[in-house]
Amino acid sequence: MEKKLGVFICWCGSNIASSVDVDKAAAEAAKLDGVVHAENYMYMCSDPGQQLVKDTITEKGLDGVVVACCSPRMHENTFRKAAGSVGLNSYLLEIANIREQCSWVHQNNKPLATAKAVSIIEGTLDKVKENLPLETITIDLTKRVCVVGGGIAGIMSALDLANAGYDVVIIEREPAIGGHMSQISQTFPYFHNVPELLKKKIDEVNAHPRIKVYVNSEVDVLDGYVGNFNVTIKTRPAFVDSAKCTACGKCLEVCPVKVDDEFNRGLSQRGAIFRYNQLETAKIPVLEQGDCLHFADSDSEDGGKCTACVDACPEDAIDLGTIRSLNEEFVGAIVMATGYDLYSPTNMPEYGAGKIPDVIDALAFERLLDPKGPTKGQVLRPSDGAVPKKVVFIQCVGSRDPERHKAYCSRACCMYTAKQARLYRQQVEEGTAYISYMDIRSDSKDFEEFVQKGMEEENLVYIRGRVAKVIEGDGCLQVFTSDTLSGRQVVIEADLVVLAMAMEPKAGIRELAKKMNVTIDGDAFLSETHIKLYPVESSTKGVYLAGCGQSPKDITDTVSQALATAGKIQTMFSNETLIADPLIAEVKDDVCSGCGICIEICPYGARLMNEFTRISDVNQAVCQGCGACIAACPNKACELINSTSRQFLRTIGDFASRSEAV
Amino acid sequence: MKTVISHSQVKSDFVEKVAEISGENFFNCYQCGNCSAGCPSVDEMDLLPSQVVRYLQLGLEDEVKNCKSMWVCAACMMCHARCPKGVDISKIMESLRVLKLREVNAEAHIDITDFSDDYLKRAPQIAMISGYRKFLPL
Repeated sequence: MEKKLGVFICWCGSNIASSVDVDKAAAEAAKLDGVVHAENYMYMCSDPGQQLVKDTITEKGLDGVVVACCSPRMHENTFRKAAGSVGLNSYLLEIANIREQCSWVHQNNKPLATAKAVSIIEGTLDKVKENLPLETITIDLTKRVCVVGGGIAGIMSALDLANAGYDVVIIEREPAIGGHMSQISQTFPYFHNVPELLKKKIDEVNAHPRIKVYVNSEVDVLDGYVGNFNVTIKTRPAFVDSAKCTACGKCLEVCPVKVDDEFNRGLSQRGAIFRYNQLETAKIPVLEQGDCLHFADSDSEDGGKCTACVDACPEDAIDLGTIRSLNEEFVGAIVMATGYDLYSPTNMPEYGAGKIPDVIDALAFERLLDPKGPTKGQVLRPSDGAVPKKVVFIQCVGSRDPERHKAYCSRACCMYTAKQARLYRQQVEEGTAYISYMDIRSDSKDFEEFVQKGMEEENLVYIRGRVAKVIEGDGCLQVFTSDTLSGRQVVIEADLVVLAMAMEPKAGIRELAKKMNVTIDGDAFLSETHIKLYPVESSTKGVYLAGCGQSPKDITDTVSQALATAGKIQTMFSNETLIADPLIAEVKDDVCSGCGICIEICPYGARLMNEFTRISDVNQAVCQGCGACIAACPNKACELINSTSRQFLRTIGDFASRSEAV
Repeated sequence: MKTVISHSQVKSDFVEKVAEISGENFFNCYQCGNCSAGCPSVDEMDLLPSQVVRYLQLGLEDEVKNCKSMWVCAACMMCHARCPKGVDISKIMESLRVLKLREVNAEAHIDITDFSDDYLKRAPQIAMISGYRKFLPL
């Protein structure tokens, strides 16, 4: 039976009506095969416009509708909902885009624009004729969350979700949670004590009955799809039994190994067994297998022999025979809070980084400011332990340099440099702090006031110009720069140089992103779906983003984003099941030969071979209806529901038959 | 002294010509000053290399045409090596020199034997080298 079709042409004010003759288009549309109603209206998306569509569907008993208006991205949902409310299956309504694809691009030729609009409407009508009424697909939902990364972003989103009543698993690669925030001494713009703030949050996490933390762990494999992820977690052995250990510290004293402590950015040394950080929450020592002589090459002198820590432990808490473990967690949503690394200062040979001991990066300076850090909070220069009288802070190191380093702005450096310089000046009253900058980006609450206070009251000397080089001079460092405001070349003598290095995504993010099936941008930051409207959604449904893994940001923004992510997941969890669009691929069983090309080509992992029938199935929950398998199938066994090849060919045929008009 | 900046000036023939000859887009420059910080010849310059580029960005033709800096530039290309935006200032300096020489006339084409030893000792080498170049209409 032929469908009774209705056509509704929108003027979009003058957006469409000024270049498409809407009366003529309606008259032409009315003549088309199967059309029982055609009319136009000034704003079809307005309430009276939608009412018009609804009333006509009821009065004329329409069983197919084309709304000719703007892009379907704008109002497809609006009209499908309206049609659904009066009993017409939503999928029997289609949008003909006569604005973006017609009126806007043909503003100077009304007759041709009108003809093209009619063509588009005719093509869409032919599609509707073969559209099937569809029902949405329901997907099971596991209301548990996996948070990848236990920095402040991971901690805050985990706490929010756990407090909302959902079980959360945190996977942390390092031996303790806390992330880079645990290396920082105080915050801007209010000089909050970070160890205090952070300890409170870490204690909350550790005490929370709904949060389970896997330290020393990484995601090994991710299977499944939104609502039903299966995460395999690989855990490196800790070697120290936290139930037995009393944190007496005897093992730390006897370990014969001495290596640079990464946590202190090489400003101190540690053994192979060591305390990961200075926080109260990480008192239990950890053993780094890669540094330990017990695990060294058995050919070497010490290989396999050293058991100093085991022998020293009065509680018998160290077991060097521990092996790595694998665990599986079943979750409905994933938070990627993978964080950042500082771009290595060794990329800046012109600043002497790595060669001159008194050129350090900003995180190292944070360690100098920490009362529990390697210098007990005293700013002392690494080379001789003297108090530096002249400190040069260099901003934008590695950032904003598309030619050789990173093109982007690392966002937090302007502020933490001002903070570090002010803290230095507060500690060393007779000292001078110079800051080399290009622009000062202090664009958040109380940030500008914070920077200005440093200039006005704490005598920070801001010099506008990028530093060319740092060399070792006579008893001091010489910093060659320019002051573009006065037009001078400038040389500053310094005791200590602090580099505000660019932030870059955490090492290994490319492999992890591949595992998690999320896209990354050119700088390897995790990509959001839409920078304005979907800022915490990744390219894969059910995987969300928080913190510096998505782009460089400060603690304030990181926490905001982490809480936004937690909010998004709670919205998802407020339903008992998930609903998915039925506009996906389907397989004709009698045509599919089981060649498996579609499985290779599917970017979402939605196609899999049925072991029994040897036919390629479609996982309805995962398929996004992109059409890649349809194009790839050599037998034409796949079709996209309601966008079949037959429908497309008919639409193209409509355009071709009217080509003389267009 | 007030300086008027107009569209015609910013897009002037002179500025376009400098861009054409040098092949550089000086609007890439965001005035970080790294070129000026590392330039070994700044002591003798009246405008910093970054200022020369700034004047070109604003189309302040007279200041650029009459600056000493283009003759002091030794074309060591340290500025280009350091520039985070990849602007080759030595090319810009060279095109300024070329344009200046074209502006005089074809007779300015030099023959080194025309100059006294005394003059050759004083004359900037970079000007002598530029002086050997072909003359093309502006």
